[in-house]
Amino acid sequence: MVITLSKDRMSISREQDLVPFRNRVKEAAVKIGMGIVNQTKLITAASELVRNMFRYAGGGEVLIEVVSKGRESGVRLTFTDKGPGIADLSLAMQDGYSTGKSLGLGLPGAKRLVNEFDLKSTVGQGTTVTILKWKNG
Amino acid sequence: MDKIPILRMGPFLLVTIQVDLYDRLALNLESDLVQKVHQTGARGVLIDISAVSIVDSFMGRILGNIASMTRVLDAETVVVGMQPAVAITLIELGLSLKGVHTALDVERGMALLQEKLDWDTDVADDDGDNIE
Repeated sequence: MVITLSKDRMSISREQDLVPFRNRVKEAAVKIGMGIVNQTKLITAASELVRNMFRYAGGGEVLIEVVSKGRESGVRLTFTDKGPGIADLSLAMQDGYSTGKSLGLGLPGAKRLVNEFDLKSTVGQGTTVTILKWKNG
Repeated sequence: MDKIPILRMGPFLLVTIQVDLYDRLALNLESDLVQKVHQTGARGVLIDISAVSIVDSFMGRILGNIASMTRVLDAETVVVGMQPAVAITLIELGLSLKGVHTALDVERGMALLQEKLDWDTDVADDDGDNIE
């Protein structure tokens, strides 16, 4: 069972929020003693997702949680927006697919960088992405 | 508004990124660099990212763009000082920075740019010799 040890909410509405957000994620990762490579993977994945949220939904909210399961601890991030939603999830998860002018690596790349990845979206209502990176994952 | 300084060193431009980049700042750097290459006629651009802890797909794309844009202006770009964790993350993300020269540190990056410049000059000299 995954237990939440601490919770921190942050709303993202401007591009300048990206840097402080990355710092908050880093703080959570450092707190549980996550190594530098996993920290970098987590923050990079978070950066991809928060950019998506900003670009396609004009912002949203991120929940930063420190969680534990047995002896393992990790950081869980939940990105929630009230944007247009994603019509075709499997297409959105494909490398190189983008409706914007980007490389199309954001979602599939972020998934590769973390241990758990969950994407839920309803067209017209919004998108929620949850990622989890274990300390030793 | 923050700005990343671009230093001129002989025929090269030197950029050291010391802050965490947000997208607007990275885009400004891209256009500033291209302008500066045009103004100064620089033959090489060295970008030091040793203080950068995160390179995501956006930043990776900007680095690729800078390399392509300066190349059509006859200046090579070399990215130096990437942290190991950043290299691991970039490849796993799916970004291999194709078309961007890289070097371990500033010294090797400078040597690489100088080598390319010397090679260009040699080729130009050879052409001159052939005409004789």
